[in-house]
Amino acid sequence: MKAAIASGKGGTGKTSVTASLAAIWDSPVVAVDLDVEAPNLHIFLQPRIEGRAPAYLVVPEVDLQRCNRCRACAEICQFKAISVLGDVVLTFAEMCHGCGACQAVCPTQAISPGRRELGEISWGLAGDVGFLMGRLRVGEAMSPPLMRQVQARLAAMTADGRDVLIDAPPGVSCPAVTAVMAADAIVLVTEPTPFGAYDLDLARQAFAPLGKPMGVVVNRAGLGDERVYGLCARHGLPILAEIPYERAIAEAYSRGEVIARTGPRQEALFRNLAGRVCRLAEQRMPCAEGRHA
Amino acid sequence: MPEIVVLSGKGGTGKTSLTAAFAHLAQDHVICDLDVDAPDLHLLLAPRRLSSTAFVSGHKARIDPARCDGCGRCAQVCRFGAVTAGSPAVIDPLRCEGCKLCVTLCPAEAIEFPATHCGDWYLSETRLGPLVHAQLFPGEENSGRLVALLRQQARQLAARLGHRLILADGPPGIGCPVISSLSGADLALLVTEPTPTGLHDLERVVELCGHFRVPAGVLINKSDLNPRQADAIAAFCAARGLALLGHLPHDPAVTEAMVQGLAITEYRPDGLAQTLREIWSRVQDRLSASTGPQTNPMTAIHPLN
Repeated sequence: MKAAIASGKGGTGKTSVTASLAAIWDSPVVAVDLDVEAPNLHIFLQPRIEGRAPAYLVVPEVDLQRCNRCRACAEICQFKAISVLGDVVLTFAEMCHGCGACQAVCPTQAISPGRRELGEISWGLAGDVGFLMGRLRVGEAMSPPLMRQVQARLAAMTADGRDVLIDAPPGVSCPAVTAVMAADAIVLVTEPTPFGAYDLDLARQAFAPLGKPMGVVVNRAGLGDERVYGLCARHGLPILAEIPYERAIAEAYSRGEVIARTGPRQEALFRNLAGRVCRLAEQRMPCAEGRHA
Repeated sequence: MPEIVVLSGKGGTGKTSLTAAFAHLAQDHVICDLDVDAPDLHLLLAPRRLSSTAFVSGHKARIDPARCDGCGRCAQVCRFGAVTAGSPAVIDPLRCEGCKLCVTLCPAEAIEFPATHCGDWYLSETRLGPLVHAQLFPGEENSGRLVALLRQQARQLAARLGHRLILADGPPGIGCPVISSLSGADLALLVTEPTPTGLHDLERVVELCGHFRVPAGVLINKSDLNPRQADAIAAFCAARGLALLGHLPHDPAVTEAMVQGLAITEYRPDGLAQTLREIWSRVQDRLSASTGPQTNPMTAIHPLN
C-alpha cells in the first residue's frame, strides 16, 4: 500500500502528518520525502543515514571533430538547450531535460552522454521505519527528474511489498503530480481557510484524472471558516481526520516534535487516520489483513 | 524598475498575507502573483479582470490510432516512461515531457505534436493597485516560463502607468518557478517561521539568492511560537550578513482578515499593522540601498528571463 500525503497550499502540515503516520504505522513501512526542493521529513524522523548517492541527469556533450554542423540537434531540441551558430555549437546544460533527442537524431554520432548534478539521494532508518529522501541541488531548476530517481530507488527498497508513505511537494503542477503518480491513495492535507479551500480544489482537479481514491485531513480545525467542508461535501471527498487548532500543537511542531508522539489523544487521532488511509487505498488494492484494525 | 519578490522556501509561512499588506502600504506599484501553480493573492484582492490571455507553451505527443501500426519504437525511445506499447500505442499526457523524440522517429508518422494550452494569465484592477496574475491549469507544467512572462508583463505595465515598483508574491520551494521569480529581482523578502523546517528551508532559499546575487531581507513570522528558534534564525541572519527586517507575532487576526478577503493592514490598522508599517519602511530603505537613486531599468533584465 502506497499513500501520498499531498496538498495544494504549502505549510498545511503534509510533513507533520507523514511523520506522525510513520511513527505509529503498524507494519513495515518506508517514509519517503519527495519534496526535494524543501525536504523536511528528516527533521522530524531523525533517521540514521546509511547511504548517499549523487543524482545526475544525462545531458549532451558534443564532439566538435565529428559534428558536421547539420543542426539536427538544435532543430529537435524543444528546450533550447543546444544551438549551432555558424561554426560554434553551444550547449546549455541547465536547460536540458535529458530526453536524448539530440543524441538520437545526430547523423554523425557526435553527441555523447555527459551529466549534470541534480542533487542527492539519501536513505537510512528511523527506528524501524525505512527512510528515503531526495535533496535538490540549490540552483537546480528541475525537480521531477530527481524525484523519478528517488522513486526508482524506492521501488527497489520496497520490492518485499512493504508499505510506503510519500511526503509530496506543495502545489498542483508537474512536481506534485509526479510525486503522487505511484500512490494507491492520496491524502490531501488542508486548513479551513480561504487559501486552504481554494488550493484544495486545485489539488482535487489536478489529481482527479489519475483515478486514485482521495481523502482530506483538515489541519488546524477550528481556525478560519467552513469553505473547506462545503467543498469536500460537494465533491464527495471524505474527511479522514481533523487535527484541532491548538497553540500547544503549533508549539510542539516548532520544536520539531512528531505530533502523534505528544500525547495519547494525538496518538489515537493518527492511529484512526492510519486505518482510514489504509481502507481508502483498499479501494484500489487489498491491504495486509488485520492491519490498523 | 525595482522589483521585490516575496519568497520563503517552505510553504505556508505567510508570503501571500504579507504581500497583500505591503500592497496596501506601497504606492505607485504593480502587484504580481508569481505563484501561478496555487495562486491565492486574488482571494484577498478581489481583482476585476481587464484582460485574459491564453498561455500556450510547449507541446505534447499524441498518437493517431488510425496510423499507428504498433511497432513500439515510441515506447522504446521515450526516457520518461510516457508510452505504453501496443496497437495502438498509448501516451500518458501527464508523463509526456514534450521532447518530440517519438514524433520524429515514428516510422508511420502516426504521432501528432499539438501545442499545449497550459493556463491563462490576466491583467486586473484591484483596490490595492493593478495586478498581473495567472492560473496554470491543474497538473500542467511550464510554470517557469509563465512566471517569466508575468514579470515581463508587470514591467511593461509599470512603465506604461509610470509606476515605480513591482511587488511580487512568489511560489514556495527553490526550483524552476522560484528561480524564474528571483533571477534579476532587486530584493528578496524571505518570510520564515521559528520552526526547524522554517530555518532549514530559509537556508536553502538564502543560498539561492546568493547564487543569483539578489539581496535578501528576512522577516520572522509567528515569532512568539518559539522565541528560542526565532533567536536561532536571527543568529543565522547575523552570521550571513542578512538584514533582519522584523518579527511578527502569531496573530489569529491574519486568518480573520483572510476570511474577510482583506489585507491585515486594512482589517485592523493597529497592532500587527503598526509593526508591518515599520517593516515596510525598512524594506524601502533596503531597496534604495540596493538599487541606488538612479536605477537603470536595464539592470533588472537578466539573461535567464
